[in-house]
Amino acid sequence: MDPGSSSFPPPSQPHARGPGSGPGDSPEGPEAEAPERRRKAHGMLKLYYGLSEGEGAGRPSGPDPLDPTDLNGAHFDPEVYLDKLRRECPLAQLMDSETDMVRQIRALDSDMQTLVYENYNKFISATDTIRKMKNDFRKMEDEMDRLATNMAVITDFSARISATLQDRHERITKLAGVHALLRKLQFLFELPSRLTKCVELGAYGQAVRYQGRAQAVLQQYQHLPSFRAIQDDCQVITARLAQQLRQRFREGGSGAPEQAECVELLLALGEPAEELCEEFLVHARGRLEEELRSLEAELGPSPPAPDVLEFTDHGGSGFVGGLCHVAAAYQELFAAQGPAGAEKLAAFAQELGSRYFALVERRLAQEQGGGDNSLLVRALDRFHRRLRAPGALLAAAGLADAATEIVERVARERLGHHLQGLQAAFLGCLTDVRQALAAPRVAGKEGPGLAELLANVASSILSHIKASLAAVHLFTAKEVSFSNKPYFRGEFCSQGVREGLIVGFVRSMCQTAQSFCDSPGEKGGATPPALLLLLSRLCLDYETATISYILTLTDEQFLVQDQSPVTPVSTLCAEARETARRLLTHYVKVQGLVISQMLRKSVETRDWLSTLEPRNVRAVMKRVVEDTTAIDVQVGLLYEEGVRKAQSSDSSKRTFSVYSSSRQQGRYAPSYTPSAPMDTNLLSNIQKLFSERIDVFSPVEFNKVSVLTGIIKISLKTLLECVRLRTFGRFGLQQVQVDCHFLQLYLWRFVADEELVHLLLDEVVASAALRCPDPVPMEPSVVEVICERG
Amino acid sequence: MEDDAPVIYGLEFQARALTPQTAETDAIRFLVGTQSLKYDNQIHIIDFDDENNIINKNVLLHQAGEIWHISASPADKGVLATCYNRTSDSKVLTCAAVWRMPKELESGSHESPDDSSSTAQTLELLCHLDNTAHGNMACVVWEPMGDGKKIISLADNHILLWDLQESSSQAVLASSASLEGKGQLRFTSGRWSPHHNCTQVATASDTTLRGWDTRNMSQIYCIENAHGQLVRDLDFNPNKQYYLASCGDDCKVKFWDTRNVTEPVKTLEEHSHWVWNVRYNHSHDQLVLTGSSDSRVILSNMVSISSEPFGHLVDDDDISDQEDHRSEEKSKEPLQDNVIATYEEHEDSVYAVDWSSADPWLFASLSYDGRLVINRVPRALKYHILL
Repeated sequence: MDPGSSSFPPPSQPHARGPGSGPGDSPEGPEAEAPERRRKAHGMLKLYYGLSEGEGAGRPSGPDPLDPTDLNGAHFDPEVYLDKLRRECPLAQLMDSETDMVRQIRALDSDMQTLVYENYNKFISATDTIRKMKNDFRKMEDEMDRLATNMAVITDFSARISATLQDRHERITKLAGVHALLRKLQFLFELPSRLTKCVELGAYGQAVRYQGRAQAVLQQYQHLPSFRAIQDDCQVITARLAQQLRQRFREGGSGAPEQAECVELLLALGEPAEELCEEFLVHARGRLEEELRSLEAELGPSPPAPDVLEFTDHGGSGFVGGLCHVAAAYQELFAAQGPAGAEKLAAFAQELGSRYFALVERRLAQEQGGGDNSLLVRALDRFHRRLRAPGALLAAAGLADAATEIVERVARERLGHHLQGLQAAFLGCLTDVRQALAAPRVAGKEGPGLAELLANVASSILSHIKASLAAVHLFTAKEVSFSNKPYFRGEFCSQGVREGLIVGFVRSMCQTAQSFCDSPGEKGGATPPALLLLLSRLCLDYETATISYILTLTDEQFLVQDQSPVTPVSTLCAEARETARRLLTHYVKVQGLVISQMLRKSVETRDWLSTLEPRNVRAVMKRVVEDTTAIDVQVGLLYEEGVRKAQSSDSSKRTFSVYSSSRQQGRYAPSYTPSAPMDTNLLSNIQKLFSERIDVFSPVEFNKVSVLTGIIKISLKTLLECVRLRTFGRFGLQQVQVDCHFLQLYLWRFVADEELVHLLLDEVVASAALRCPDPVPMEPSVVEVICERG
Repeated sequence: MEDDAPVIYGLEFQARALTPQTAETDAIRFLVGTQSLKYDNQIHIIDFDDENNIINKNVLLHQAGEIWHISASPADKGVLATCYNRTSDSKVLTCAAVWRMPKELESGSHESPDDSSSTAQTLELLCHLDNTAHGNMACVVWEPMGDGKKIISLADNHILLWDLQESSSQAVLASSASLEGKGQLRFTSGRWSPHHNCTQVATASDTTLRGWDTRNMSQIYCIENAHGQLVRDLDFNPNKQYYLASCGDDCKVKFWDTRNVTEPVKTLEEHSHWVWNVRYNHSHDQLVLTGSSDSRVILSNMVSISSEPFGHLVDDDDISDQEDHRSEEKSKEPLQDNVIATYEEHEDSVYAVDWSSADPWLFASLSYDGRLVINRVPRALKYHILL
């Protein structure tokens, strides 16, 4: 209902509640005062919080709180209420309200009475309780006093007892000390016998422990004779013990762990560790040497050696495993030895390791001849892998490095082996070609064979190179344990494979080819000229394409990370080109020589003074033309045509007839007139002034025309020199004239610059005329007729 | 330093034969023999005045025939031998004879400026080397260092040793040897070794070089297939007794040690056609001269196989400042063989080259068209060798 009454329930509240209407009585008066005040305080708060008095109170709809007629309201005014009641209500209602009010007043009175009674009872009982407590406390105080006195008595007694027992306690302590000492002494006196027993029973560990315990005491009291005796005894026994231990240690059959135990005990006995190290190593050496011997036996010459993989497996499990054990045990036992001990072990491992390596290398050397790389690589992989463990354990012994070195060496040797293989294959190809060339020629079949042979040789070499690359590539495979070593990542790829194998092979190929140029058999032609031609073309092909292809292939397969300089493709190509050029030049020389020899013989053997008037072209000239044609065909199979000078394209026979009639006459006429010998020189000199110097054995270009030009130049120059050494009769000169004209007719088509042929042949005829005491030239028309007939 | 330009002299006829006047050691003098089938052949005596760069010539008639080879006596300035063709009855025979030139020409007559040489003098025949039984004479060589009494001539496959008696007026065949074998063997060239007391002669025939002992005319050594083709000429190293050079139709010049004839010591391949002539310099054997039918003359410096492989060795007492010389000496040591110069003054095949006997730095070359060229070793090289 109203907030004031709910929060402060005064004892009168229940009375005030109820029907909000009641006659304001006087007894209500003082009661109404309090809420009034409180309400004021509330009003202050409400004001403070900005709430209107009305709001706070008047929310519940109903009678106005300020209504002074509200019986329960704050501003209840009994007078107003009564006035109102009397004014407004009829009598009956007035009566009702009067009775009602009386009844309410009574109820309130009885309630108050009950309340007072109840509270009184409670107060009474509380008073009782307090009184009882007072009583109890008094009793407890007495008890406490009694306790205090008793405690004082106890303290007194205890002090008295302690005083009495003091003396005796000291004696007991002393006695206990003596007892302990005596027991120790007893142990000492019994020690020798115990030790003996232990030794007899083989309980070496126990014995060593006893000895260890007694050692210090005996040492301290050794000036006393009795102790000294004991010490001596002990020492004797210990010595025996040590001896036995050593004996056991030496027998060594009991295996590494027991041996290790022995060593441990001996160390505890104070045996010199260094000596033990030695002995330990000696024993280990014995065992490892056993392994080595068995390996060596496998290596032995007589029984068929097991394959290399098996061999390295044996070595790995037997020797390397043993070595690992020894090293581990040693390091555990003699860790205290410090660097000196480690050094000893390293030296030991190094020595045995090197023997092992020697064996492995011998075995691998047996493998060098074989062609199977994969087995070898696997064996090497195992070998290398096995040695990692001892390598890590004994870094100082350098086993891992040595193993890597061996692997590297083998790899190098393999490369060398492959290089040799390639060279052999190349030589094999050459032999095949030689045989094919030397085989009896079936008419017309020889021609196309040359190009085919070239293709065969090229493809077979290429496939060999590829096979070698593939084989060598195994060494750098990811799964191989040594492939990430710096050598295999760098040097092996660049220096080994690229330089050593591929570049090396191309170089050796060039050299082999060049060696044909220097062969002494220039006369007999130990090298068939066709082979020279073929090799030259092969080298040229290498220069244009194959070399760069192979090197690209290599670089791709072996990702070269090494920065070391490698031979650039261009250098290699230049070498190949040079080789091709030399071969071709040599070919020209050889073929030129063949024709030269024919011409020379024909000039030298004939008696030119007494020859008859020419009727025919000499057979040798026909032969020269035939041979030249054959060479032309042969070269044409492998080389392109090449460029001629423009004038030759439309030259025909007619130009020659013009040449031989008009020019020849113009040229030679003066020399035939005996009156003017100077003119000859003058003319020929003038002619030479205007013509370029002819380099006879000059380098040739890579085309057919150039090759043929070279051959013809050589041949004609020979003819010239031979003619100059002879003396001709009239008919001899005429014969030379005929021959030269014939050559002109047929040779012009082979050369780049036909002028060259003209010049040389002119000079031949001029020289012949000079060497003739009676130079009467033949009529050009007759010469032509003879030539056309021949 | 400018080198002197070459001096060129032209003959009217073709020519193949050239020799220095061996016995002359003061004046630079060469003898050239011509080849002509229609006219009288001549021997030109070419005097070269080094200081004025002038050539003086005297012409002697050699009416016997065209001259294929000429050689001068090492003892007597006036005596020379020629091989010449004699044509008769459509037969050609090459003969050899010893001649004497007129006294006044022996040491040159510089004061005759008229080049016309209208009054050509004739050689005086001393004796024929009778070869009727032996065939064509290829060449005649005098005993070097000798008194001009001994001559070797090569005729077809015979090697003939002659004694000249009664002041060279009579030639007596002292001994001979001949080459037997299949095919037609012919000597092409020969040289007399200045070493071993002049008891050795080397000859070339086809592709083979042979050494002979003149005392019993037996073969000492034989280099088969010395060249791929015909061997044209050879020469002895004047300072190293076992070394000789050869050249041939394979365009190569090869140097041999006669104690080991399986392999040449060195091979040069500079010419582009047959090499007809090879000559060691008489005093500085690293200088080698070659003439070829590619119309070139090449002067090579073969230091590595010369008698002075480390340059000119200075005698100890000459050294004033030893330290300096040492260091110089060292810097000089790695001397390379190389071509010093290629002379291209000729326009026809060069068939003969030779050094002057008087001036070691001067040489002559002769081409078929009759052009004689006198050249000098480049000065820079000359001083390099001398200093």
